[in-house]
Formats: sequence, structure tokens, C-alpha cells
Amino acid sequence: MTMIDREAIERLGDNMAAQEVAGRSPWADARRRFLRNKAAVAGLIVLMLVLAFGLFGQHLAAWNNEDLDFNVMGMVAEKGQPSIESGHYFGTDELGRDLFARTVQGTRVSLLVGIVGAAIAVVVGTLYGAISGFAGGRTDQIMMRAVDILMSIPYMFVLILLLVMFGRSMWLLFLGIGLISWLDMARIVRGQTLTLKNREYIEAARATGVPGWRIILRHIVPNLLGVVAVYATLLIPLMILTESFMSFLGLGVQEPLTSWGALISEGAKTMNYGTLWQLAFPLFFFVITLFAFFFVGDGLRDALDPKDR
Amino acid sequence: MLLEVKDLNVRFATHDGEVKAVNGIDLDVARGETLGIVGESGSGKSQLAFAIMGLLARNGTTTGSVRFDGQEILNAPARTLSKLRADRIAMVFQDPMTSLNPYMRVSDQMAEVLMLHKGMGKAQAVAESVRMLDAVRIPDARGRVRLHPHEFSGGMRQRVMIAMALLCRPDLLIADEPTTALDVTVQAQIMQLLDELQTEFGMAMILITHDLGVVAGSCERVMVMYGGRTMERAPVDPLFAAPSHPYTQGLLAAIPRVDQKGARLSAIPGSPPNMTRPPAGCPFVPRCPYAMDICQDVMPPLVELEPARRRACHAAVERVWAGPPALVETPEPAAAEMQERMAGDLPGNLPDAAVAGAGSAGVTPEGGR
Amino acid sequence: MTDPLTNGTSAPLLDVRDLRVTFDIRRDGDMPWTPSRHLRAVNGVDFTIHPGETLGIVGESGCGKSTLARALIGLVPATGRAIWQDGTDLLSLNPRQMLRYRSDIQMVFQDPLASLNPRMTVGQIIAEPLTTHRKGLSRDEVKLRVKQMMDRVGLLPNQINRYPHEFSGGQCQRIGIARALIVEPKLIICDEPVSALDVSIQAQVINLLDDLQRDLGLALIFIAHDLSVVKHISDRVMVLYLGKIMELETADEVYANPQHPYTQALLSAVPVPDPARERAKRIIPLEGDLPSPLAPPSGCVFRTRCPRAQALCAEKVPVLTGGHGEHAHRFACHFPGPLTAAEIEARRGVAA
Repeated sequence: MTMIDREAIERLGDNMAAQEVAGRSPWADARRRFLRNKAAVAGLIVLMLVLAFGLFGQHLAAWNNEDLDFNVMGMVAEKGQPSIESGHYFGTDELGRDLFARTVQGTRVSLLVGIVGAAIAVVVGTLYGAISGFAGGRTDQIMMRAVDILMSIPYMFVLILLLVMFGRSMWLLFLGIGLISWLDMARIVRGQTLTLKNREYIEAARATGVPGWRIILRHIVPNLLGVVAVYATLLIPLMILTESFMSFLGLGVQEPLTSWGALISEGAKTMNYGTLWQLAFPLFFFVITLFAFFFVGDGLRDALDPKDR
Repeated sequence: MLLEVKDLNVRFATHDGEVKAVNGIDLDVARGETLGIVGESGSGKSQLAFAIMGLLARNGTTTGSVRFDGQEILNAPARTLSKLRADRIAMVFQDPMTSLNPYMRVSDQMAEVLMLHKGMGKAQAVAESVRMLDAVRIPDARGRVRLHPHEFSGGMRQRVMIAMALLCRPDLLIADEPTTALDVTVQAQIMQLLDELQTEFGMAMILITHDLGVVAGSCERVMVMYGGRTMERAPVDPLFAAPSHPYTQGLLAAIPRVDQKGARLSAIPGSPPNMTRPPAGCPFVPRCPYAMDICQDVMPPLVELEPARRRACHAAVERVWAGPPALVETPEPAAAEMQERMAGDLPGNLPDAAVAGAGSAGVTPEGGR
Repeated sequence: MTDPLTNGTSAPLLDVRDLRVTFDIRRDGDMPWTPSRHLRAVNGVDFTIHPGETLGIVGESGCGKSTLARALIGLVPATGRAIWQDGTDLLSLNPRQMLRYRSDIQMVFQDPLASLNPRMTVGQIIAEPLTTHRKGLSRDEVKLRVKQMMDRVGLLPNQINRYPHEFSGGQCQRIGIARALIVEPKLIICDEPVSALDVSIQAQVINLLDDLQRDLGLALIFIAHDLSVVKHISDRVMVLYLGKIMELETADEVYANPQHPYTQALLSAVPVPDPARERAKRIIPLEGDLPSPLAPPSGCVFRTRCPRAQALCAEKVPVLTGGHGEHAHRFACHFPGPLTAAEIEARRGVAA
């Protein structure tokens, strides 16, 4: 009897003292799957490069983005083409401003618009959707009807009206994009929450008496992050597109600020003067960034939800 | 022999290597007889059936031989197989909704089969369908044939599926866990129905199940599978009276019984093997109370014990019949760690989502309620 | 420890009276002012459970057994009374008052993997009830208790940082049991805890529950559709049909001497791993399907499928009778008693 007890106690001691083993979280698994996806990794590298270009590009530029090169002015088609000697790596625009520096600036603005829009969507949309879905009943009804009403407003029309009425400014653009970007996210997150809500582990938490806000933060939101991350990577290019469209219409960011959309718009206007580089360089960055985001989004979806393949 | 399977192997290509789902299975089924295949989740029993039917998932490959009525059907051309599947071999699944189209009336679905394979006219085909629904004891078959599948209850839906499987009067019916999702009272009715239909139609049946009780009631011979291999094959009475394989013995001792006074159950310690990296020897070794050194490295052959009775075990049958030595249950680390140890490599190289039936977890999708 | 069965005088741990759970069902396309229909999932259930006792609840799908469990633990709203040991009616408490009792009643769920949050480590999962109910504990203390509990349920404590998907089904169910036990509850409700597990693993979990109950003096409510498992683990068994108790009796007696025709039909259908018995047994067929709980039959709810139903059964609801005292054999039937061979044969003729 005492023998067995001592054995049991010793075993308990051994077991308790044993080195803790690290687990492999679902995130680690997803990372591994993502890194095996070549297209997605290539997309991620492209994004890194574009980001680095936006952040540090101005240190490489020989010209300031606001300075006019008077040598070139009036003879852009002849003297303003891309060249290493003149320091205009990407050539100049119609006014003789350095296109390299302008593209760096445009990259910053466009990425900022995309990321701010997506960030608003992620934070507001996730919390709004999770609360609505988890609360259920009347609260859910009211919260979702509010989203429906906001969605039924033709936002592009309203945004154009706002920009015309209050004058063009980047902040108004952010506000406009932020207002609409979270609506879809809220709907998606609510739908996911409704399915998560009936999972047994949520029931287990409720049965134990874990308070509602903690269930949302500890159990629901972490399990939503996969969907949210995928949707956010697809939302960023959508935001960039929206901004570019506004800028193309001439309603986007205002000079001297610029964005990819504004640059492309300018480049398109001057296409016939033989200054094709003014369109080509901004367009190139715009296109590869969108492609990269889509590849990364696809890769994330596959990595986070392997069963759907 | 109606069906003869020789050295059948099923492999699945997955992200982290090959899953060896079925390994060197031999079996035969005579006309009119019922063979039970018993095994737990991951034992390869369902994949065996899918392989025979030529219905494996796309990442699955098979080797060996399956002869149906003298004709080799393993890896046969799709045309031959689909003709055979409708006409002579039929299959019933655990979930009836996998083989019923929810958007089609039962009458249309059933008639379609007959029109396609038997060249019947529509009216004749519907009349035959009603007759078959009658045969599976669906009350008011004439009225209900026009319904959609979801309008039937679980048990009735299973009957509809059985009726569909029997439409072309097959020689062989493969029933894969046909009653697992059903309540006991319904299960009893379906099993009884299958019994009666078998006599009525004179067909052979392979009944795949995890429930030894179901096997005891309706099979003549039983094959016990574990880790994709045959552990024991015997007529039903001697198998239950004196199981000759440690795994069969363990299974029978682990079942609580309604007809007996409950002593403590003797559980089989440990978990089923991961089929990505099966043990070199007998798959049951880590959980076997009779394990010897040789079992680790050499898979015992399936040798004859008595006429019509075979077992695959290194331990002498007398030793197994004498009963297991007492085992001390010790906790084991997470299943994932066991695999890592077995593979001898570092963590970070583990299954994504293993293919159907190849998972290591001892969870079956049954239960339901 | 005294045997809970002979110790009839001890105060019950939980005394449930006339428990009812009603769901309001609205069909798609109903207008907002259309009155909703009532689904009586649990329809007036009375029972008591004593400390250290195991009450088994059996019934087929749709009988309300899972809803009953969820009502007791406060996951679905219920009416009636559920008097706890200290005289408090649990059903009358608001969520804040109920919190005190939540650590006394814990639950083990059916699907071992689905009941564990995939993004949390085993340590975090098991600790959650502890951090909710014992707020004063230090982190080290919590971790120590979690590790001790892991050892107690047969898991290696050094696996504390692993995630649920790294464990097998049986191991996941052990994690679920550890989570329920960590706050030292008096009553554990097990909702089909082994029905998703393989037979060999099922026995491990049943033995574990058996041991824990004996060592810790827990009361268990064990819900399952598998009658053999329920018989094995339970002291008393309650048979449910359409939200009502059909029969309530000690496990041995229910199986040896079932009085209600429904209990007899259920028992006759259970497959037994014994070929000779299987061939000899006589299954009592139940005609037709389970009636819709939206429109249960008048009188006795089982009458539409009962081999012995008579006019009286449609008129009058049979009450749960048959002796008094805590552990009397009770059944709700106008015409109890074993079905005769003639009755079964007659029924077979109809069903076939």
C-alpha cells in the first residue's frame, strides 16, 4: 500500500517536474503553409519592396518632389525622359517635377489610404460584427439594419458630393473611405460569429460563467482573425482602387500631394505627347501592388483554412 | 466466389507524405453471404470499401487485385466500373444525403437510375421505384415517392437510400456504417430490413461497422481491422466466444453490456496509430498486453488457426486465451508528440488536414445527437 | 463513504420540480405579428440527485435530454424549480447570483475537439473556469493546479502548452473533464461524453469518470443514447421521450424489470455483442416516426407508437407513479408491465 503510494507520488513528482513542451499553435501551422505557397511568398516580397520604396525612396531621389527642373520645362518630351545622368530616374512630369520623387510620394499616399481604410474596417467592422452576432436578438436586428441602411446609400455619389461641397482634402477622403469600408467586414464577421456562437467551446465558456466581453475577446475574436486577415488583404487594394478612381476623376488628393491614381490620371492626359513614362511608372507600381495583395490574400486564405482547398 | 480481394493496398498522397490506409488485405465473399468488417476510425475499413467500388478520393491509389465474379475490377476503366456499380454492386452510406440529391424528387432520382441502366420508360420506372419503396417497408410508398429527400425522417431516408441501392437488384451490397447515425430503435429496424432483403434478393453483403453488437446480429463471418490490416478473420460464433487476437479480445472487453452486470471496463490503453507513419511491425504493438520484441519489427502473417479462421499475431493463441496480464495505465503525451517521436524528426512537419479516414484522432463523425 | 442508494435520508444535492423548456418557433416568412408556435422540448420533469450519485438519462434524438442538461446549467431559459442543496432555487436567480453556483455545476460536452477553443493552449483552456471563479489566485498557483489536474485525468503535465489539435480524441475529452473538475464542482453534467469516441477509447473515459466520481464524491448526470454505457455507469436511470419522463429507476431494475413499453422497446433494440443472444432476441418494433414536438399527441405522448395503447391513453396523461420514497421504481403508464409475446407478434405484423 505504502509502496504504491510512494510510487504514485514519485511519478507525480516526475511528471510535474518534466520540461514543458512547446505546442504548435494554429498560427504557426498557418505560417508554415503560407511560406510553402510560392506565389504568396513572391507577392509578400513584392509588397515589402513597394513598402520600402515608399518609406525610403526619397533618400535615393536626386530631386525633391516639389522642385521644378527648369532645364526640362517646355521640352519634357525631349529632355524629360528617364535617365541616370539627369537624376530623373523615372523622367519628369509635364511641369518638370521629378517623377521618381513624385512616385515615392504617390506610393506613400496610396498605401496609407489602403492601410487606414483596411484598419478602420478591421477594428470597427470586427468589433461591431462580433458584438452584433454574439448579442443576437433585438440588438443584432437593430445593429444590422443600421448597416443595411448605410450600405444602401450610394456611397460613391455621396463621397463625390462631399468632396465637391467641402473641397478636396485627404482627410475627407479618409473619412469617406473609412465610413464605408467596415460595412462589409461587419456583415462577414457577424455571419462568422453566428456560426462560432454555437460551437461547444463557446457554450462551455458560457456555462462556466465567463462574462460576455471576455468570451468575445478570448474566444470569438481570435477565431475570427483568419477570415478578417484574408478579407483585410483583399480590402486594401479595394481602398487603393477607390482612391485612385477618385483621384482619376480629379476629386482625390490635392496638389502638391499626389497618389498613384493622380499620377496615372496625369500620365494618361499626356500620353499623346510622347511622354509615355509618365503613365508607365505609376501604373507599374499600381498594378504589381494590386497583384501582390491578391496573391497574398489567396495564400492567407489557403493557409488559414486548409480544408477549403 | 463472388468477390475476391487479394493483397489490396490503398495509399493517399498528402502534404506530409503517404498515408498507408489499407495494407495487404485479402478477403472473399460468397454469393448470398454476409461479411462483417469491424474496425475503429482510421482502421481503413471505409477506404477498403471505397477502393473495391473504385470510389477513392483523387489523391488515393490502389494496388493488388479485386475480382468480382471472375472479372478484375481494380483500376478498371470508368465505363466498366460505373456499369458495374449500378448493376451489380451497390453501396449504402452512413449519411443518406450523400447519395440523394436534395433538389430532386425521390421518384425522379430512382426512375433515372432505371431508365439509364435498364432502359425502362418513365412510367414503368416510377412504378418499379414504388415497388422497391414498398419492399423497404415505407408506408404509403405511392404517395411519398413524389416527395423530396429532406421530407423523410432519418430512418425513412436510410430506407429510401437502400431502396435506391437495390433498384437494379445487385449481387453485392456494401453497407458502410448504415445505422451509425440512427437511434437504436431505428437501427434495429434497418438491420432487420437488411436481413430480410438479403434473403429476399439473394444478394451478398459486406457490412462495415464499428459496432460489434451489430455484427453479432447479422453477419456470418467477421473480419477485424486495425491500422489498415486484418487482425483476425473468423466465423461470427467462435470470434465472439473466444477471440484469438489481442485486439479483438480488448475490444470485446471494453464494451459495456446491457445484458451483464457492470464490472470495471478493461480499456485498451493508448490511441490508434497514425497512418502516415505506421509502426514497422504490428500496428497494435503499442497498445498490446502480449507484445513481444518481434512484434515491433515484423508484421505477423495471417495464418490459419482453425478451418475458415485466421489470425495475425505472434503471441501463441493459448497465451491470448489465458487472458491478458494486468496493465498499468500510464499517461502518454499528446498524439502529436507520439508522431514526432516515431518520425524522429523535429516538430514543424505534421499533417495539415489528413485525408478522410486517415486521421490519427480517435474521433468518429458518428454520434450525432 | 456511504452508498447513496441506501442512504435515502440524505438531503438531495439538486431537487428538480416541473422543469419545462419551451422554445418559440417562428417559421421563415412569418409576419412579425404572427403568434409563434411553442416547442416544448422539456415538458415537466421531476427528479432528484444526491451527492455522489450518478443519474443516467437516456432517450432517442429529439427526446429533450440535451436541452434538459443545458437548462440545468443555465444555457437555455427554463421554468419550474431546481432547488440546490442550500435551498436556493437556481432557476430563479439572475446571472450575477447564478455565478456563485456555476462553479458547483460543470459540464462535459459531446464533441471532444469542438468543445475546446483551437486558439488556446491546454493550460489556458483548463485554467479558464479557475480564473473566472477564483480571482485571487496567483499565476503560479493557477498553473500548479492546472498541472495537478492534468495529471489527475491522465495527461502529462508537461503538455500544458500544447494546442487541442495536437491531441487525440480521447485525450481531448480528458482535457474537457479537467476543465470541468478544476473548480471542484459538486455536480458534473456529461452530455454524451463518449458517443464521439471509438470503443477502445470510450472505455478509458468511462473508467476515468468512474474513478473521479469515487475519489471526489461527485454527483454525475450522464446523458447518452447508448443504453449499455448508461447502464454501466449509472446508479439510477431516467428514460425520456418527447420531453417527458417515461420511467425512473435504479439501473439494475430498469434493465431487469422494465415496466414502461417504451423502455422495453428501447432495451430490445440494443445490439449485444453475443451472436447467440442476438439471434434469439425479439425486437419490439416501434411503428412510425417520433411525433413532432410542436404538436405532441394528447394524453400519453408515447401512445402513437405504443404496442399497448388504448382509448384511455389518448384521453388522460399518465402521471409518474409507482411507490414513494427517494428510490422507488416510478413510471408514467396506464398499462405498465412486460409486453407479452402475443402483443409483440401483433405489433410485428403491423410494422412489417
